[in-house]
Amino acid sequence: MSKEIKSSKALPNIWQKPKFVPKMTPRSWTGIALISPPFAYSLLMLAAPLLLVFLLSMWTQNYLELDRTFTFANYKEAASEKLYQVLMIRSVVISGVVTIVTVLLAYPIAYYIAFFGGKRKSMWLLLITIPFWTSYLIRVFLWKVILGYNGVINGSLMGLGFIEEPLTFILYNANAVVITLAHAWAPFAILPIFVSLSRIDFSLLEAARDLGDGPLRRFFRVTLPLSMPGVVAASLIVFIPTVGDYVTPRLLGGTNGLMIANMIQIQFGKANNAPLGSALAVSAMIIVASASIAFVLLNRRFLKVKG
Amino acid sequence: MMSAKPPRSLFTYALVYLIFLYAPVILLPLFAFNDSAIIALPLSGFTLHWFGLLWETRALHEALYNSVLIAVITAIGSTTLGIFAARAAARYEFPGKRSILGFIMVPLVLPEIIIGVALIVVLIQLGMSLSAWTVIIGHVLICTPFSIAILQSAFNNMDRSLEEASLDLGENKLGTFFRVIVPLVTPGIISSLLISFTISLDEFIIAFFLTGTDVTLPVYIWGQLRFPARLPAIMALGFLMVTLSFLLLVAAEYFRRRANRLTGVRKNSNGGIF
Repeated sequence: MSKEIKSSKALPNIWQKPKFVPKMTPRSWTGIALISPPFAYSLLMLAAPLLLVFLLSMWTQNYLELDRTFTFANYKEAASEKLYQVLMIRSVVISGVVTIVTVLLAYPIAYYIAFFGGKRKSMWLLLITIPFWTSYLIRVFLWKVILGYNGVINGSLMGLGFIEEPLTFILYNANAVVITLAHAWAPFAILPIFVSLSRIDFSLLEAARDLGDGPLRRFFRVTLPLSMPGVVAASLIVFIPTVGDYVTPRLLGGTNGLMIANMIQIQFGKANNAPLGSALAVSAMIIVASASIAFVLLNRRFLKVKG
Repeated sequence: MMSAKPPRSLFTYALVYLIFLYAPVILLPLFAFNDSAIIALPLSGFTLHWFGLLWETRALHEALYNSVLIAVITAIGSTTLGIFAARAAARYEFPGKRSILGFIMVPLVLPEIIIGVALIVVLIQLGMSLSAWTVIIGHVLICTPFSIAILQSAFNNMDRSLEEASLDLGENKLGTFFRVIVPLVTPGIISSLLISFTISLDEFIIAFFLTGTDVTLPVYIWGQLRFPARLPAIMALGFLMVTLSFLLLVAAEYFRRRANRLTGVRKNSNGGIF
């Protein structure tokens, strides 16, 4: 805010509508000079490689040689081959379920910390983050120990006499992948929801109460809509990377829980078909991007409100 | 504040949720000290055997050395890039600022496998061989956004009048940067170094794609997970890593808070990534 006020003081032209396009000044050049190294790094190491992936996806691999004539054959194969279809749909569905589960589980805890955390807010946030700074691989493997045939859950349930036979629906399938990913991405969902809940003006909640809304009505009509920016952010932060998760489906998914990242890796590795792998990667990115944009558009009425 | 007392159900939920979050980590010490070659309950007895085994495994030491080397260089690289970007973001206005910063932050939401694929495609096309350096390139890419987030709050929180005072008293821009600004944001820099180091040390997918013969620690662990006999030692290793990253995390948090104190922020501002 203070920056806008300052710049408008420098240009006291009351006839013109204030434009917030920053003018080029010597200071802007310093800013551009400063941002150049990280920007150049991103262009060189991210944008250029991604462009090359896109090009490669339209070439063909003939054993050791690369045929550089443009073709959409890889995309056709990615779209028509049953196996790739199944993996792609499963990746999006699993990620979608993971996102819903993670956000639903995260919301109450974010709510608790934001409204009842009091002086211990930072402590709660730290408590939530600590388990996630441990090796991702080992954490995923430990879920295998928890969910396994002789695992912690089956062992305890049988020990307590709740079940006679070990439960088998919790390992080597999509359920196991969902549980593990919902755990792995928990803090990434909690933090944005917490931030947007903390920004809510309490007078609005008091107004709702004074005007006769009960706790439930007040939650659904005031608190939840105001915290939607956090929910949308959390959903995207969880959804986008989980579509491309490799480790969890590989360790816990069994054969019916494998996802698209596993197939991309196979194409780049054993199958030695980098162009097809690239086409799968590009398709996955396009699908994820479209789903994310659609999700944001669906929620745009919640996102317009600025605090 | 709405009301000081949370509903009982919400508090219970919070506790159950914490148990869910800590469930895997709590198992780690149990199996690391468990005197049995099988990772399963019930526990058998106490042993330090698995830690001794770690001490004797050469391949592990090499992987650890590679990982630490990669993590140190990554931390320095991403923090350096982060300082440039964070300073530009905090103090300067220029056209396209938001989109450029947004673009640099993209790896934060890009699936890591895409970054791995993109870089390996370039390396194959250029005919470059895979090495620790190729992993470092990828790790700097994913760590820089975190560095920027941490450093931006350090630069933003800094009291601007201190910088102006230095310039008014005749110090030039470069001198002001190194004698006034850098000391004030040093805790932020250390916090950024620690966080990047931790992320790089734990990163698997990019390392899996881009590592050559210099296997990193996560890639080594991945190889071991296939052999049931090696698992108890991996649990011991995991326990050591948890302890280490916990200590690093506490240190990073300490420096972040100190940064806030130094730069004049009184209350916890919830900046950074915690």
